[in-house]
Parts: sequence; C-alpha cells; structure tokens
Amino acid sequence: MIEIFDKLDFAPFLLSFKLAAITTLILFFISLPLAWWLSQTKSKSKPIIEAITALPIVLPPSVLGFYILVSLSAHSPIGSFFEDMFGVKLVFSFIGLVIASCFYSLPFMVQPLQSGFEALNKNMLEASYIVGKSKITTLFRVALPNIKPSLISAIIITFAHTVGEFGVVLMVGGSIPSETKVASVAIYEMVETMDYDLAHIYSAIMVLISFLVLLSVYIFNKRVKI
Amino acid sequence: MSKIRIKTTKTLYGSSGEMLLNIDLEINKGEFIALSGPSGSGKTTLLRILAGLEKSQGEIIIGDKIWQRDKIFLPPQKRKIGFVFQDYALFPNMSIEQNLLFVNRDKELAKQLLKVTELYELRKQLPNRLSGGQKQRVSLCRAMMNRPKLLLMDEPLSALDTAMRTKLQNEILTLHKKFQTTTIMVSHDPSEIYHLSSRVILLQNGKIVKDGTPKDVLLKTTGSQKFSFEGEILDIIEVDVIFIAVISIGQQLVEVVINRKEARELKIGQKVNISTKAFSPNIRSL
Repeated sequence: MIEIFDKLDFAPFLLSFKLAAITTLILFFISLPLAWWLSQTKSKSKPIIEAITALPIVLPPSVLGFYILVSLSAHSPIGSFFEDMFGVKLVFSFIGLVIASCFYSLPFMVQPLQSGFEALNKNMLEASYIVGKSKITTLFRVALPNIKPSLISAIIITFAHTVGEFGVVLMVGGSIPSETKVASVAIYEMVETMDYDLAHIYSAIMVLISFLVLLSVYIFNKRVKI
Repeated sequence: MSKIRIKTTKTLYGSSGEMLLNIDLEINKGEFIALSGPSGSGKTTLLRILAGLEKSQGEIIIGDKIWQRDKIFLPPQKRKIGFVFQDYALFPNMSIEQNLLFVNRDKELAKQLLKVTELYELRKQLPNRLSGGQKQRVSLCRAMMNRPKLLLMDEPLSALDTAMRTKLQNEILTLHKKFQTTTIMVSHDPSEIYHLSSRVILLQNGKIVKDGTPKDVLLKTTGSQKFSFEGEILDIIEVDVIFIAVISIGQQLVEVVINRKEARELKIGQKVNISTKAFSPNIRSL
C-alpha cells in the first residue's frame, strides 16, 4: 500500500489547478465586458453572439479540440506567426492548453454573469446613470457588487469545469509530463496501462476535490441569500 | 436657468395598440407639477424622455441648454436631474449615507438632507433594513444630492400606506420650499396632488387634455353644486312607483331615487356623474 503512495505524482494535479486558475483569471476579464454587453444590449446580433458563446457546451470536445489544433498548429497562420515572432509553440504546450481551455470554459463564465446582470433592477442602473455615472462606473460600483452570488458561481464553476476537462486537453496538449499532462489525462493513461490502483487514488482525489468545490459554492450562495 | 420647453412626440406600443405621445409644454422655474391620467396614457414615458432614458422626436430645452433637438441628444448623465422611482431603486450594496455620497462627495448636503428626512441616525444602515417609507426618503435624498435642475418622481408614494404618505408629502413640500427645484410628479391621488402641486396636467392617450391649477382640474363641480362624484350604475330596481339606482362611487355603493323617465334613459353599467347641493351635510370624524 505504501509503495503506491510513493508512486503518487502530484504534478498532474498541480498542472490541472494551475491551468484552471490561469484560465479562470483570463476568462473573468474577457467575460465581464461580454456578459455586461449581452445583458444590456438591444442589438439584433445578441442571439448570434449568445449562440456562439454557448457552442462549447454542446460541441463534442473533440470538435472544439480539432479546430483549435488546426488553427494554432505551426502550419497555420496564427501558429506560425507566434512561432516566428516569439518562438512560442501554441500546440502541445501549456500555452496551447490555456487558449483551448478559454474557449472550452467560456460559457461557464459568461452565462452566470449575464443572468446575474439581467436580474438586476433596471431602475437601479438607470438611477446611477441619472446621477452622472458612466456605464463603466455603474458596472464596477453598482452592478458587480450586487451580483456576488452569480460572480462566485461563475468563477468557481469555470475553475471546476477547467479542472474537469479532458477531450480538448488531450487533443490540443497531448500528454507531456509537467507541461500538458493534467490529472484527467494522467488517469486516462493509468487506465490504459491497467494501473487500476493508482487510477483509483487519482480518481478519488478528483471526486473529493470537485465535491468540496461545489459544496463551498452552495454553502456560500445560501449564506449570501440570507 | 429659467423656463423648460418640451415639444416631443413618440409612438408608443401599448396593450391597446399604437398610440402617439404628443406633448407641447412649457414649465416655469420652481413649479411643482402633478402629472395625472389613466394608466397607459404616457406619463412614465414622458418622464423617461425628459430624463434621457428614452429617445423621442422633438426638442427639450431647459433655460439656455439644449437637451434634445435635431441631432443633439444629451445622455442622462449630463442632464443634472433627480429621479425618484416607485420601487426606490436604491443601491443595496451601499449604506444610506453611501447611497447619497455615491452621487457626489458633498458631505454637508448629505447631512442636511438626512436631517430633514430624519434619517441621519440610520445613515450607516443598509437599505434592506429600512421600511418602504424610509427607503423612499433615501431615494428622494439621493435625487436631491445631484442638485437637480429638474426633479422627476414616478408615483413615489403609491406603494406606501396613508399615514406614511402624509408624512412624506410634508417632507417633499419642505424640500421643495428649501431648494425651489422644478418638479414633475406622477400621481393619482387627488389629495396628494392638491396638497403638493401648483399645477396639474392631465394626460389622456398621449395628449394633454387639461392643464390648470389643482382646483380647476380636480374639482368636478359646476355652478352651485357642492358634491359631485363619478360612478357606475350597477343596478336599477323598480319599487312600487319609484326606481332606485345602485351606483358605485369609488369603494362605496349608494342608492339613489330616480324617476321613471330617468330609469328609462339610464342603463346598467353606464358611467354617470352624480351631484347634489349640500346644505347641511353631517360630518363626523372617523
């Protein structure tokens, strides 16, 4: 039994959480203006943008992964540009994983924020405009502080969803130890090599962490509502 | 800052189909205008147009400042108005004092307003701890923090009980006397209108149908009549040789004796005006 724990390598977990943290941070700044715009706009293009934003929920991760792979590979204009200019490889690298995760988890950040903003009292936002405050000031001083439950949900669900991704990561990142081999991919490999004992331990850790994350979201939301 | 000139049109799509809001109005500085009329007559839309929350055709000029004309459209941020919403629309994340100071950092004015409205002791509380009447007072103070050239109030007191209404009416009056702010208030309550306003504008189907002093517009009596009410005939009953009409007036039912000729002409469901000379009415306190 002890030998098994010696074999435990925490690098895949650390990588998963590093990836999730960076993705969540980037998505927060991308999604905030997007969700705010979607909640306030009367534009005819709103349903189109909403549909595009929600696509990663319905698409098989392999489809998403395939397109990202094709558009970021060294043969693509984007991929070759980054390789020539910065010497950065966008696929089978950690940066590639971050980009792929941002696409994959986008709806999980945008949708809770958007519904939070939409539930706000319109008169309250108008009251802020009337006393001379810009849309930006209103967003940060009035709108955002009053959607705390949605904000926390968005951040934690995005984080958890990124930790839990598998298909896209496998396609775009492969399985390079400490670079792209995240926990879910590591477990997949263990099962493939029939190392069930280790797979059990890894899986149990994932279940436990995911449960604790979700539990904290629900406890927090309950407390805020009261 | 002197007169406000409003000449505006906008097509509205309501429950009863299309309606053209067509307003031509001049308001003097310091006036307290009560805007009344049936629901769907365009009162709220007019306030929102004045606030810059909705676009319309036409022009709005306040003193020598153009708020709206041709291509010019001043956004709500630049109009320096105060707006009191029926649902208060306070910022729940800020204390009462912060709600006021969010408008501007004028601590003296905030203190003064909170003292007038007896909210100073509660200034550190969050809005959700307050009663409806207190919330609406905060909302009024917040609107005044902007030192508005024009104060707009959309049925500010309609969600409150009678006692609280009277109290707030007095506070609104106090603030109006103190700051001399030109005010437009949407209201349906005749006693409130009489108490507060210097001029009443009655809207119907998007047009001004009456514009005058509260007495002119509100008192429905003509000639030597002293009591006059609008009601609806609910029933006409024949009793021996006379007829009795049951009429609903407001929340009350009354029975009125009518003659055979009247009974033939009046129909159940008809809207009627019922009036009488009151020589010696009995008045009793409740």
